[in-house]
Amino acid sequence: MTTEIILAGFGGQGILFAGKVLAYCGLIDGKELSWLPSYGPEMRGGTANCSVCISDEPIGSPLVTAPNCLIAMNGPSYHKFVDTVKPGGIALLDSSIVEETCDRKDITAISLPATNMATKAGLNGAANMILLGKMLAETKLFSFAVVEKAMEKCIPPKRAHLIASNLKAIQIGMEQK
Amino acid sequence: MKGNEALAEAAIRAGCKCFFGYPITPQTELSAYMAKRMEKSGGVFLQAESEIAAINMVLGAASTGVRAMTSSSSPGVSLKAEGISYMAGSDLPAVIINVQRGGPGLGSIQPAQSDYYQATHAMGHGDFHILVYAPCSVQEMVDVVMLAFDKADQYRIPVMILADGLLGQMMEPVTFPEPRTELPDKSDWAACGHGGKREHHVINSLYLDAPLLEAKVQERFKRYAVIEETETDAELYCCGDAEIVVTAYGASARVAKSAVTAARRKGIQAGLFRPKTLWPFPKKELCEATKHAKQILDVEMSMGQMVDDVRLATECRLPVAFFGRTGGVIPTPEEVLAEIEKLAGGAE
Repeated sequence: MTTEIILAGFGGQGILFAGKVLAYCGLIDGKELSWLPSYGPEMRGGTANCSVCISDEPIGSPLVTAPNCLIAMNGPSYHKFVDTVKPGGIALLDSSIVEETCDRKDITAISLPATNMATKAGLNGAANMILLGKMLAETKLFSFAVVEKAMEKCIPPKRAHLIASNLKAIQIGMEQK
Repeated sequence: MKGNEALAEAAIRAGCKCFFGYPITPQTELSAYMAKRMEKSGGVFLQAESEIAAINMVLGAASTGVRAMTSSSSPGVSLKAEGISYMAGSDLPAVIINVQRGGPGLGSIQPAQSDYYQATHAMGHGDFHILVYAPCSVQEMVDVVMLAFDKADQYRIPVMILADGLLGQMMEPVTFPEPRTELPDKSDWAACGHGGKREHHVINSLYLDAPLLEAKVQERFKRYAVIEETETDAELYCCGDAEIVVTAYGASARVAKSAVTAARRKGIQAGLFRPKTLWPFPKKELCEATKHAKQILDVEMSMGQMVDDVRLATECRLPVAFFGRTGGVIPTPEEVLAEIEKLAGGAE
């Protein structure tokens, strides 16, 4: 089985990082995986998205064109990708930023005010992890134990203090009804 | 690990002691990794004032017998062309990496494969060839870097790894071989200092005596003939009974592989031929792969460059269709599948 995921938003929202955590989960879980970023020349404020493939078989094209799962963290990303989600797939939206509601009936659309939730929990900037946590809970792709190990790989030792807050945000997302 | 970083780590493990470069997207992570790690591994990292300076530093370092390398992306590689020709003319081994982006001119920073002609047919002025490898995964990039340094030394030629922005930027799991501890002895030609105890070793590409230059070039072409005979490599996927063979290298081969797999599921007898060496082009392997083929579909991230070599290798015995996206646009498996279906429909 292959799960194809697109994560998209503004540069600076941690889109590529969230994808990286997902990719490392695959590595730890013994899956085939690929992570492919796509971004403009800007550092912040521009659009950023990444394709992640998690599979039991070797991965062909790493560029996802029809995802099983979309995480959209801003309006332009939502518009760009929502129609590409495969029927039966999931679209997760950060409703603190994305104003639209999804009217597609053939996919599961979940709106979560992730940015506001992160701020309220004292985890500024961790909206990406809240959405990732929710996605993991919905898809049952990886367990929290796998994410814990992946997070240690993704965050360099000198920033180790950030591991706990990122994991906390994942947990908030996972427990979200 | 990112493809660009994997290329750099592999080079260090291959015994590369000198890296000279000038920053350019989408190969930046390669230089950045070298800047961090090269000194710790006892080598030299130097950001030159330009691509032209960098390639000439590679020429100088290679002259002393050390393993040297540079990397760039399309516009930067064009600037290096002069130095690469000089190295070929001086019989110097070195590794040059091109993480291709869209062109011509400054083009775009997105992945492309529009430097095929340049790499395989015209990497500078003069009568010469360079060995060109085309990996298609992060793991293969690692393997090919080790191989590239060995082959450069073995034949005393510059070797290019023709990657692209997709392979450079993507992350995949990778395992590295143990670092090389024993490197080839080059004391019979390298200009490495001898305290006046032997004749000078001269590294030079200038021969004003025409017959002498002709002899030099002819000797070099004898080496090229050996390379053409022994160094070709290709992957054949589902080619055994394939009626439609898709030819593609690097990133577009990954897309094509997905399309071929999908075509097989639909009952179309499709296969994939993926050259791993672009020069020399694996002609024999392509003939083997197309034994039962009725048609060929060449897929590239360009307006069609390798397609000429495909036609030459098969001596135009088979119709060759082409599908390409360019300028930094990556073809999708669905698009390639549609092309395969079109051909399959036409054949019936």
